[in-house]
Amino acid sequence: MKTVSISTAREGHSYPPVQYQVGREAIREFATAVQADHPAHHSVDAAVQLGHRDLIAPPTFAVVIAQRAEAAAVTDPEAGIDFSRVVHAEERFSHHAPITAGETLTAATTLERIRVMGTGAMVTTVTEITTYDDAPRATVTSTLLVRGEEEGEA
Amino acid sequence: MPKLADLEKGQIIGTRTVQLSRADLIRYAAASGDHNPIHWNERFAQQVGLPGVIAHGMLTMGAAVGLVGDWAGDPAAVTDYQTRFSKPVPVPDPTQGSPDTPTAQLEITAKVGKLDEAAGTARIDLTVELVDGEERAKVLTKSQALVALS
Repeated sequence: MKTVSISTAREGHSYPPVQYQVGREAIREFATAVQADHPAHHSVDAAVQLGHRDLIAPPTFAVVIAQRAEAAAVTDPEAGIDFSRVVHAEERFSHHAPITAGETLTAATTLERIRVMGTGAMVTTVTEITTYDDAPRATVTSTLLVRGEEEGEA
Repeated sequence: MPKLADLEKGQIIGTRTVQLSRADLIRYAAASGDHNPIHWNERFAQQVGLPGVIAHGMLTMGAAVGLVGDWAGDPAAVTDYQTRFSKPVPVPDPTQGSPDTPTAQLEITAKVGKLDEAAGTARIDLTVELVDGEERAKVLTKSQALVALS
């Protein structure tokens, strides 16, 4: 049996933040892709009538921002995650305020937990999304299952 | 906007059918930036042990919550949303007709799971099933959306 290449040494490690500019067209395209036709994602007037400053993002749009920050953890050679064996296991979005068009956001990922299971592992990342002046927007928790290699497999 | 006092645990607040085609997967890849070939290349998907091209888990998760925001009246009322991905959603190439013919059908049922008067929230539990003829398979589990209501 092959030994586990994944390492728990990076547990708790935080990666450099990335910036993301929230655009109206990005919100509209994402909303169309997830078949979210609520007017607050498409019409500025409709969003404003609900008390928002501009178009608001659908609840799972935060993944677009989070994945850019998570990439640093997933590709970290010291964590040793084999991305070709990764399956998305769990996802959670905690929204502190709606992500709104026109905002410049910062996303920073921490490798929260690496649980080795046999030859595989469960890896949990937590990404905090805030505005440039530190107003919280969303906490995105993502759990990836890194499938172990079977005996006899190359 | 629905009122907390009018809701009961177990009450169904809505259902929706979501159909997915290969074109929908490409649209989601473009909108999300997730270009993993398991979502667009049959040969690659099979090589990594999948039945074929599958939908992005996040597409299923994203499409399932739309009815909750519509019901609440404002998608921003969904303050927390989580799920586990239990089964893949294969989206085969259609054997005939237009290339964007849907080849996977998801049925979503949204039910009141828990009411918290003090916090002013309703937890909406989503059942998301892949329907293929007589067969139904749950593709998401513990899929819960917390909605802020008055």
